[in-house]
Amino acid sequence: MAGTISTLTHVAGHSRRRSIEDPRWLRWLLIGGALSFVALFLIMPLAVVFTEALRKGWSAYLAAFQEPDARAAIKLTLLVAVIAVPLNMVFGLAAAWAITKFDFRGKTVLTSLIDLPFAVSPVIAGLVYVLLFGAQGWWGPWLMEHDIKIIFAVPGIVLATVFVTFPFVARELIPLMQSQGKNEELAALTLGASGWQTFRRVTLPNIKWGLFYGVILCNARAMGEFGAVSVVSGHVRGLTNTVPLHVEILYNEYNIQASFAVASLLTVLALLTLVLKAFVEWRHQKSVQKADAVETRQFASK
Amino acid sequence: MMRIKKRSVIPGFGLSVGFALTYLSVIILLPLAATFIKTADLSWTQFWSAVTSDRVLASYKVTFGASLAAALFNMPCGLMLAWVLVRYDFVGRRVVDALVDLPFALPTAVAGISLTSLYSTNGLFGKLLEPIGIKVAYTPIGIWVALTFIGLPFVVRTVQPVLQELEPEIEEASATLGASRLQTIRRVVLPGLMPSVLTGFTLAFARAIGEYGSVVFISGNMPMRTEITPLLIITKLEQYEYAEATALAVVMLVISFALLLFIQIVQGRLQRRLGT
Amino acid sequence: MKLTTIFGTIATVAAIAFPAAAKDHTLLNVSYDPTRELYVEYNKVFTKYWKDKTGDTVIVQQSHGGAGKQARAVIDGLEADVVTLALAYDIDAIAERTGRIPANWQSRLPNNSAPYTSTIVFLVRKGNPKGIKDWDDLVKPGVSVITPNPKTSGGARWNFLAAWAYAKKQYGSDEKAKEFVTKLYKNVPVLDSGARGSTITFVQRGIGDVFLSWENEAFLALNELGAGKFEIVVPSLSILAEPPVTVVDKTAKKKGNLEVAQAYLEHLYSSEAQRIIAKHYYRPFKPEDADPADLKRFPKLELVTVDEEFGGWQKAQKTHFADGGTFDQIYKP
Repeated sequence: MAGTISTLTHVAGHSRRRSIEDPRWLRWLLIGGALSFVALFLIMPLAVVFTEALRKGWSAYLAAFQEPDARAAIKLTLLVAVIAVPLNMVFGLAAAWAITKFDFRGKTVLTSLIDLPFAVSPVIAGLVYVLLFGAQGWWGPWLMEHDIKIIFAVPGIVLATVFVTFPFVARELIPLMQSQGKNEELAALTLGASGWQTFRRVTLPNIKWGLFYGVILCNARAMGEFGAVSVVSGHVRGLTNTVPLHVEILYNEYNIQASFAVASLLTVLALLTLVLKAFVEWRHQKSVQKADAVETRQFASK
Repeated sequence: MMRIKKRSVIPGFGLSVGFALTYLSVIILLPLAATFIKTADLSWTQFWSAVTSDRVLASYKVTFGASLAAALFNMPCGLMLAWVLVRYDFVGRRVVDALVDLPFALPTAVAGISLTSLYSTNGLFGKLLEPIGIKVAYTPIGIWVALTFIGLPFVVRTVQPVLQELEPEIEEASATLGASRLQTIRRVVLPGLMPSVLTGFTLAFARAIGEYGSVVFISGNMPMRTEITPLLIITKLEQYEYAEATALAVVMLVISFALLLFIQIVQGRLQRRLGT
Repeated sequence: MKLTTIFGTIATVAAIAFPAAAKDHTLLNVSYDPTRELYVEYNKVFTKYWKDKTGDTVIVQQSHGGAGKQARAVIDGLEADVVTLALAYDIDAIAERTGRIPANWQSRLPNNSAPYTSTIVFLVRKGNPKGIKDWDDLVKPGVSVITPNPKTSGGARWNFLAAWAYAKKQYGSDEKAKEFVTKLYKNVPVLDSGARGSTITFVQRGIGDVFLSWENEAFLALNELGAGKFEIVVPSLSILAEPPVTVVDKTAKKKGNLEVAQAYLEHLYSSEAQRIIAKHYYRPFKPEDADPADLKRFPKLELVTVDEEFGGWQKAQKTHFADGGTFDQIYKP
C-alpha cells in the first residue's frame, strides 16, 4: 500500500521543510505500523464479512434475502430509520440554532446534555424504556388498559433508536454553525427577509453538507443499533426483528453464511456512509478554499 | 432558567430552545431519571449488595480492565495513525483516513460476528494463534480486541485536527535551536498533543465500558471470567430482577457521567489554552 | 417457494375481490429455544391445512428464547396467541399473573397439553475423552459441564431436576441430592439464558466437556451441526420432559384469532404433525403415526416424572427455582 512518500505539510521552501521532516526510517516505521494496525483491526474484519457471506456462492447469498423473515427485518429497520432520523434531524437543527445563534443562561449545560447519550450504554438506553413502558413499569398498567403497545413493538424500537442516535445531527451542526457565526443571518434579516426565509435561503445552504453528513451518520447508526433494540424488541421474527437482530438470530442458529450475508448489507451501508463522508469533506474543503480565494481577491482589489 | 441575555433580532429563540428542551427531556432526561427513581425500590443495603456481589464485582473487573487495556492500546496506535495521516502522503492515505471511521458506522453486531469468526480457534487468526498457546475468542483477550476496534476512531479523530493546526514554526524553531528531530517530537510536539490524546483516550474508554453488541459474540459470557456488566444487566432483566438490573445501570451511569464531566473539563482547559 | 408466492398472490387477489370470503390471520407463537426447526416446518404444514379447510391465510410468527424469559415477555405484554413452552410452570405463571389463560389450561388438550415429550441426555466430544457414562461422572473435578440458566431456561430446570432425581435415588436423601447438584454446578463455567445459547457455547465456542441437553437438541448438534464431532451419552436415569402448549385465550380473542389458534394446537396431534415431530427428534405423543425409522433413534432409558418425583411443577418451582430456592443457595459462580 505504501508507495511514494512525501511530507504533506504545504510549507513553502525546500530547506524549511527539511528541518521538520522526519527521518526516512521513522517515516517508514510509522507508516508501516499504522498500516498494519489498520489492516489487522479494520480491513480484516471487513474482508471476513464478505468472504463468509459469499462462502457458498452467489445463489446462497441472494437466498438469504429471499427469506420472508429477512425481508420483514429489512422493512422494519427502514421504518424505524424513517421515523427516528427525521426526529433527530429536527432536534439537531433546533438545538444547533438555539445554541449558535443566541446567548442564554444554561447554554453550556444544554450543550453537555446533548452528549449524554454517547456516554450511556445502549443496554441502559433500552432498559430505561422498559422501566417506563414495560408491563411492570411506571405506565405499563395504564398502557395495557388502553391497549397501547410500546415495549415489544415498533414504538419501543423507535424510542430506543432515537435515544442512541440522538446527538449525531446536533454534534455535526453545532461546531459548523458556530464557525459560521450569525452575520449572514443578521444581514438577511436587516434586508427584510422573514425568519423562515433567512433559515431556508441563508442558513440551510451554508450547512447543507454538514447536515447531510449528520443525517447519514445518524441513519447508519439507527439501522445498525443492536444493544438498545435487543432489550426492547421481544425478538419476534417477522414482527419486531430488525436487521442487526436478524443477524444475531441467524448466527445463533448456526446459519453462519446467511448471517454474514445479511450482515454484509449493513456493512455496505457503513461503507457507503464513509464514502459520503469523504465526499462531504471534499465539498466542504472546496467551499472553504473558494471562500478564501474570494476574500483574497476582494482584499487585493481594495 | 433559560433566559436570553441580550435581545437578538434573530427569530426562533423560543421555538428552537423550547423544542430542543422538550425533546431532550422526553427522550433522554425523563427516562434516565426513571432509572434513578426505580432504584429507590431497594433499601440502601439491598442496593449495596446488588452492586457489590462477587459476580458483579468480577464483571466490573472484566469490563473496566478490558476497556482500560483497549483505550491504552489505542492511545499510541491512534496517535501514530493520526500522525501518519496528517504528516505523510502515501498511496491509499485517503482510503485509510476514511476507514478510520468504520467502527462508528459499522453496526456492533456485525463487528462482533466478524471478529469472532476471525479469532475463534478455526478462524483465520485463531488458527495462527492457537499453536503458540494464545486463545482470543471467548477469553478476556477477545473482549479487548472488540473494544480496541470500537475505540479506534476516538484518539485518531481527536488528535488529527490538533495536529493539523499545530504550527510548523515551533518545530522549526526547535530544530534551529539544535534539537534533533526525535527531541523535537518528544519535547515540543507530544506535549502539545497530550490534552487531545487524553480526551480521545477517555472517549474510547467511556464508549468501551458501555459496549454490548460486539462483545457478547466474542466474549463467551462466562460469569466471573468474561461476563461484562452490560450483559449482566440484561441477564438480571431476563431473570425479572428489575431493581437489581436498575441498580447496576445506575452505577454505570454515574461512572459514565463522571467520565463525561472529566472530558468537558479537559476540553474546556484545552480551549482556554488555545484561546478560542 | 414459487408455489407459495403464487398462492400468496392468488390469496391477495382473492382477498381484494371477495373481502368477506377469506380472512388473513397473523398468529404469534411464543416458544422456547430448541423448537425453531420444528415449528418452521410445522407452520408450513398448518398454513396449508388451514387454507384448504377454510380458505383463510395464516401467517405464523415465531419468537424463541429461554422458556422462563419467554414467559416473562408474555407477562410483560408480548402478544402471543399461543405459547408452546418447555414446562408447565411457565404457562401457569402467565395464567396467574395476567389472567389471560384459564387456570385449567392443561386439561384442555390430550396428554396434559403436551403433543410431544423429550428428555435430557449428555452430549460429549468425539471419543468421549473424559469417559463420561453417567451423572456421577459430572461431579468429578476437572469435568466442565455446560447447562443453561434455570432462572431463564426451561431445559435447564429439567436438567437440574434430572440430576436431583438421580442423586436422590442413588444416595437416598434430599440432602445428599443437594450436595450432589452443588458439586455439579461447581463444574459449570457458564450459564446461558437459553438452551440454544448453551449449544452455541458447547458446539461453536468449544467450551465444556459435556453438555446437558434436550434430547432433540443433542441430535440436532450431532447430525446437523458438527457431524462426527460429538457423541450422545445416555445416562442410566433421566426425566420425562413434557413441553406443554396452550392458547392465550384473551389475546387470541382480542386479535380475532381464537378459532385458528385452537386449531393450530389441535393440529399438532394430527398424524402429519406427529410425523414431523418425530422427524425433529421429539418423542411423539402418538408413536404409531411417526416414521418407525425416526422412532428407532430414541434411546431407551428410565424416565421419572415431575409429578411423581417432585410433586408437580408448582412445588418444584417453589422449592428449587424461586428466589432464595435451592438453586440460589447452591450456585455461586
